[in-house]
Amino acid sequence: MPLSKAEWLSLEKKADELRRLTLDTTFWAGSGHIGGGLSVLDILTVLYHKYMNIKVDQPKWEDRDRLILSKGHAGVAYAPLLCDLGFNDKEQLKTFNLTNSKMGIHLDSNKVVGVDASTGSLGHGLSIAVGTALAARVLKKDYKTFCILGDGECDEGANWEAAMTAAHFKVTNLISFVDRNKCMIDGRTEDIMNLEPFCDKWASFGFIVKEIDGNNIKEICEAVDFAYENKTDKPVMIVANTKKGCGIEFIEDDYRWHYGAFDEEKYEKAKVELDKTYKKRVERAEKEGA
Amino acid sequence: MAGGMTYTAVDSTSLSTSEFYGKALIDLGRAHPEVVALTADLAKSTKIGEFQQEFPERFFNVGIAEQDMFGVAAGMARAGLVPFLSTFSIFASLRAADQLHTDLCYQNVNAKVIATHSGTSFGQAGSTHHAIVDLAVARSIPNLTVLCPADGYETYNAVMAAYNTFGPFYIRINRGFDRVLYKDFDYGFEIGKAVTVHEGTDITVIATGSCVFQALQAAEFLEKTDGLKVRVLNIHTIKPIDREAIIKAAVETRRIITAEDHNVLGGLGSAVAEVVVESGKGCAFKKLGLQDQFAPIGLHEDIMSIIGIDSNGIINAVRETMKMDFELDEDWDDEV
Repeated sequence: MPLSKAEWLSLEKKADELRRLTLDTTFWAGSGHIGGGLSVLDILTVLYHKYMNIKVDQPKWEDRDRLILSKGHAGVAYAPLLCDLGFNDKEQLKTFNLTNSKMGIHLDSNKVVGVDASTGSLGHGLSIAVGTALAARVLKKDYKTFCILGDGECDEGANWEAAMTAAHFKVTNLISFVDRNKCMIDGRTEDIMNLEPFCDKWASFGFIVKEIDGNNIKEICEAVDFAYENKTDKPVMIVANTKKGCGIEFIEDDYRWHYGAFDEEKYEKAKVELDKTYKKRVERAEKEGA
Repeated sequence: MAGGMTYTAVDSTSLSTSEFYGKALIDLGRAHPEVVALTADLAKSTKIGEFQQEFPERFFNVGIAEQDMFGVAAGMARAGLVPFLSTFSIFASLRAADQLHTDLCYQNVNAKVIATHSGTSFGQAGSTHHAIVDLAVARSIPNLTVLCPADGYETYNAVMAAYNTFGPFYIRINRGFDRVLYKDFDYGFEIGKAVTVHEGTDITVIATGSCVFQALQAAEFLEKTDGLKVRVLNIHTIKPIDREAIIKAAVETRRIITAEDHNVLGGLGSAVAEVVVESGKGCAFKKLGLQDQFAPIGLHEDIMSIIGIDSNGIINAVRETMKMDFELDEDWDDEV
C-alpha cells in the first residue's frame, strides 16, 4: 500500500490532532508519560489510520487486527487515539488519571474499549502478542497482530523469551516495533543498561530487522509494507528510532520528560511548538510525497 | 506409548495424578477444538504428551520460559482459545507470578493453570522445587479460582469443572501417585463446596490435597482406638472457600485442625482461620503444615511424616486438641 502525498498529509493531520489531544490529556490529568507517548504516536497513528482492520462499532469483532501496546505507560497517547476513533467518549479524556476514571496511566483492556491487552508491567506484551498471533493460526483466521515495545523495556528478560518463541514458531502474522527513543526513567538507555548492538540482537534472535525513523510517517508505512510483503518464515521487527517527546521541542529527547507535568505557561508554549512541528511535517510531506 | 508418557498406564486406578490431568486434557481436546495445551519443557513431567501426539497443532512447548508461557496463554485466551498451561507449582506461582497476576487474573482471561509437583511432592528435589507458598500467592490474586484436588479422580473432576467455568484457574496437583481417596469420579464434586469424607461431631480436620487421605486414615483409626468421632472435610477449593462448611464445623465440633502440604502462613490454615474469626464462633484451632520453615529433602511420605501432616501427625494433633475443654456458657475467661 504505497503512501500517496494526499494520504501522507492526511496522516500528518491526524498525528497532529492526536499530539494535541495527548498534550491536552496530560494537562487535564495534571501530569503524564508524555515523552514516551509522543515518541510512539506516529506509529500508532499510521497503524490505526492506514493499516489495521478494525470495526469501531464492533470492538470485539473476532477477525479484527490486534495491537498490543507493550509499553503500556504510553496510555496517555493511546487513549486519545482510541477516543478519537470513536471506541470511547472523548469526554473521558478529561477524567484521565482521576479517581474512579475508566482511564489511567496504564489502560485496562476490560474498561477501555479497543485495548487488546492490559499492559503496564513491562516485558509482558510481546508474549501476549505471540499468543494472540498463534491463536489466529489455531483458529484459522487471517488477522494480524501488532506489538509495540519500548526500548528501555527490552532490559526485561521476558522479552527475549518471547522473541525466541516468535522465531521458533515462525510467527509471521505478528509485526513488532520497538519505540527506540533511547530514554528511560533514570537516564539514556545506553547509560543505564546498554542495548546496542540492538538490531543485531533482534536479528540473532531470528527476526528480520528493519531500522527506520519512527517519527517519519513515510518510513513507518514503508516498513509496514515491507512486513506485509514478508514471504520468509521469520517475524519482522521494526526498530523505530524516535524522539522522546516528539513534536514539543523543549521536551524532545530529554529523559527527564519520561513523566512530566505542564503548567499553564508550558502548556501554551507546547501548543506553539506543536504548530511549528506540524508546519515542518507538512512541508516535508509536500516536498517528499508523490 | 504416548509421546510424553514416562510409564504406561494399566488402568485408571494406576494412573498418577498428573496422568489423570493428561486424560482430562485429552478428553477436553477431543470435545472442544478451542482447547490448547502449553508447557515450558515439562510435557513429560506434566503428562500432556498424549495431547501433543493427538493435537500437535494445538500444543505449544515454549521451552524453559514460564513467564513467556503465561503471556502467550493470555494472548491466546483473549483471542478465543482455552489454554491449559502446565508447569511445576513453584514456577507457576513464583517465577511467573507477575504474569499470573496481570496477564491472566487482572485481564480475567479464560486460562487454566495446572500447577504440578505441588507442596513437597517433589521431595528429593529440595526447596527449589517444593511449592510451599503457592496457595498463599494464588488465593490472594483477585479473579483466580484455586483448586487443590485430593487424588486423581478429583483432579479429573477439577479440570473438567475448570473448563466449564469461565475465568482463570490455578489447579494444584502432586507429582507421582496420590493415595486414592475416592472410588470413582461420582461423589458430587462442585467448585466451592467442601466434601465431608468422614462424619464426626467431636473435632473437625479440614484438609486439602494429599492431606485429605491422611486425615481420613487418622479419623478411622481414632474412631477405633479412642472412640472419637472425627469429621474430615476435603477442601478441594481453596478459593472461593466453603465458608458454610467451616462455620458449621466450628459451631458443631468446636475444635478444628487444618492440614496442608504448604506453609501454615497464607494457605488453607490461614483461609480457614479467617472464616472462623470473622464468624465470631470461637473454637480450638491448630494448623498443621510447614511451620514457616523450608522442608527437608526426602521422599514425599517421609517429609509429610516429618512435618506432621501424615495420619500419625494428624492423630497426635487430634489427641492434643481434644484435651482442650469447652463450656457452653458465655464466659470465655475460663476457656483454654
